[in-house]
Amino acid sequence: MKRLSIIPLLLLLACGQQQAPGNESSVAEAAPGAGQSAVQDETSERDVVRVAVNSPVHTTLVTALKTAEYVDALSNAGPFTVFAPTNEAFDKLPAGTVENLLKPENKDALRNILEYHVYVGVITEAMVQDGMTLNQVNLDNITLNKKDGKITVNGANVLGVVKASNGVVYVIDAVLLPPEKK
Amino acid sequence: MDLTSKHYDMKHKTIYRSLFLFGILASASILFQFCKPKGPAEVATGNAASQAYVAPGKYDEFYNFVSGGFNGQMNVYGLPSGRLFRIIPVFSEDPTSGYGFSEETKPMLNTSHGYVPWDDLHHPALSTTNGEHDGRWVFGNANNTPRVARIDLKTFRTAEIIELPNSGGNHSSPFITENTEYVVAGTRFSVPMGDKTDVPISTYKENFKGTISFISVGKEDGKMKIAFQIKTPGVNFDLARAGKGPSHGWFFFSCYNTEQAYTLLEVNSTQKDKDFIMAVNWKKAEEYLAAGKGEKAKAKYVHNWYDEKTHTATSEMLNEVMQLDPAVLKDMVYFIPCPKSPHGCDTDPTGEYIVGSGKLAALIPVFSFTKIQQAIANKEFEGDFGGIPVIKYEAALHGEVKKPGLGPLHTEFDANGNAYTSFFVSSEIVKWNVKSLEVLDRVPTYYSIGHLCVPGGPTRKPHGKYVIAYNKITKDRYLSTGPELTQSAQLYDISGDKMKLILDFPTTGEPHYAEAIPASLVMPNSVKIFRIEDNNHPYVAKGESKTNVVRKGNQVHISMTAIRSHLTPDNIEGVKLGDEVYFHVTNLEQDWDVPHGFAIKGANNAELLIMPGETQTLKWKPLTTGVFPFYCTDFCSALHQEMQGYIRVSPANSNVPIKFSTGKTEAPAGAAGSK
Repeated sequence: MKRLSIIPLLLLLACGQQQAPGNESSVAEAAPGAGQSAVQDETSERDVVRVAVNSPVHTTLVTALKTAEYVDALSNAGPFTVFAPTNEAFDKLPAGTVENLLKPENKDALRNILEYHVYVGVITEAMVQDGMTLNQVNLDNITLNKKDGKITVNGANVLGVVKASNGVVYVIDAVLLPPEKK
Repeated sequence: MDLTSKHYDMKHKTIYRSLFLFGILASASILFQFCKPKGPAEVATGNAASQAYVAPGKYDEFYNFVSGGFNGQMNVYGLPSGRLFRIIPVFSEDPTSGYGFSEETKPMLNTSHGYVPWDDLHHPALSTTNGEHDGRWVFGNANNTPRVARIDLKTFRTAEIIELPNSGGNHSSPFITENTEYVVAGTRFSVPMGDKTDVPISTYKENFKGTISFISVGKEDGKMKIAFQIKTPGVNFDLARAGKGPSHGWFFFSCYNTEQAYTLLEVNSTQKDKDFIMAVNWKKAEEYLAAGKGEKAKAKYVHNWYDEKTHTATSEMLNEVMQLDPAVLKDMVYFIPCPKSPHGCDTDPTGEYIVGSGKLAALIPVFSFTKIQQAIANKEFEGDFGGIPVIKYEAALHGEVKKPGLGPLHTEFDANGNAYTSFFVSSEIVKWNVKSLEVLDRVPTYYSIGHLCVPGGPTRKPHGKYVIAYNKITKDRYLSTGPELTQSAQLYDISGDKMKLILDFPTTGEPHYAEAIPASLVMPNSVKIFRIEDNNHPYVAKGESKTNVVRKGNQVHISMTAIRSHLTPDNIEGVKLGDEVYFHVTNLEQDWDVPHGFAIKGANNAELLIMPGETQTLKWKPLTTGVFPFYCTDFCSALHQEMQGYIRVSPANSNVPIKFSTGKTEAPAGAAGSK
């Protein structure tokens, strides 16, 4: 319980004082927000982004999501099934791959890979069937297998499953690479 | 962390636990990014507030007809101010006006399932002539108990409601043809129909069918009639748009669940990479109908309309409907593959392009009407679905907008060849060019936009100027009101190259979809009063001398008048326990914006709100003896608080005679009671 109580404190530090409603009402210009990722809410269950952000083994993924400007989309209503490769999984890619993908000129390629990790809809573990395919956001299919209760995604192992407010996160041990385009 | 995996092994638990502190650090740094202070770069430039400001006493430029979603009503706002003018009761009771409670309006909510006091109104559709808004009527759909309503824009009242047989959720509705020849109604749920309706749900593929109803609309009076239904294979229909210009005579419907799933649709109806746009040649359907190729099918459905002279609604039960079967009648219906559960299906102002919005896709296919016609002529089909030809995707395709955003829902257009598509999943509006398919601009919405609206956006001549986002989620956008929050609309200026947010306003119900029309096309026709001479209500009292109280068995009919500042009669006796009392109240005022209201203690229904020159009836059944007060509920004059009366209710076996008066004082009667 102790660890939970730290979070609001950090948030307060991070965002400074919350503005009193009256302070903004006289502002003549429309004040754009940053999307739902900026909503201050420590009561609700975590969404898929906050699950990733709060996982120390997903810092590379989080960096990639931020670079691809995907944080807001995945903070929305969804629902999403996100396959979240660990830092180790990214490390298994050929040297320099991640650094390359994070370059601004490769944003489309990065987005394509990240979109290959997201399905719009919630597929719980119980719903996974051996040989099931899912058409991902990038419009390519992944294949789920289930043998003796153990789930794999395109051959990658599922290390754990985390329920989120707007979907479900499957922690996987390999980065899913979209099929080569003909 | 909520770990749902049954097979979650210890190793990974440990990873999560031990690394939690790191997580806090990571989250702190990320959140820092999320809540960075608003610098000049993040504040809208220019004079956004003044663009949306309409000075006191000035008029808005556009009416915005916004559906109320689950409030079942149609909400009328002004643009650009976002001011709410009126909530028009359509499919849900409205105790404020007495709609659905007064004897005159109750029949409006009759259906083949009896009286239905609520529905879910998703889409307004303004009537058009030559593909342009004409300001005569706005139609709305009932999603739950399938119906279409027509609202008269002279009175801003629901004038007519027609029920749709063989339908299970009228979502793909009420889209209209260029000259309002037809309003369409496509069923969301396919259902078993005809003689065989008691079937196992698992026999979906065999027994469940869809229908598209074409409702004809009277050229002058707007009267609706189901001209014909097209029977289709069992799928879900979502949205639709009529062709325009060169594609006039055709109608395009988006369909999903071509997997024909009947359970857990969130998984089972999203298996295929492509569902369909269904193209219907309704001119061909008319030919088949004229040639006697239709089949009369038994069907029970109700048609209700409101008469402005008798101020009374009438219901009729209808028993058959004409059906056309496209599996037999060729060249009338075609399917076009469209990626991933398409929602929007929108024709551009030229009528050449049809934009499909696969709500689970990350691309927008744009189809060409010319290419569809060529594909049909050259029989470029990839097969058939339920006996209906499926045109090859590439053969119909103009091109794809690649990676425009996540979850395209619905598209409208400006007058300059640009399209504006809403994206629910990524919560943004994306502007793109219809011909070049190039993305030109994008803006976020706060949050989770559904439909959007450009004034005149679905017509041949869009007015442009604004795009309005209708958002499902507001979370932190307004002062909080507990767990239940308002939904919202956001107004963007689209007069420049870049879309610019200028206003954000809360809405009532669910602002599902909306259309906007120049005020100049509607406001001059607005009725101010109902002429009392034209009032043909059977219980009208055209003057205080005509007021009356008449007993008919155990019914007591009171023809009452209301005028500043008294009700006539205001003293009524002779009602007995067990009687049903009908207050028929005529508002004698002939003055703009002077309604009177009527309410009586213990009424189990609502109040009446009676417009000048109108008669409305409240039924009241007293449960105890005594004297009951009634009064005018609408603040009508300086003596509004004096506008009141009493009605005496005596025991069933009493011999108190019917007696009524206003302004008559008498010496106290000897006997206090009737016994």
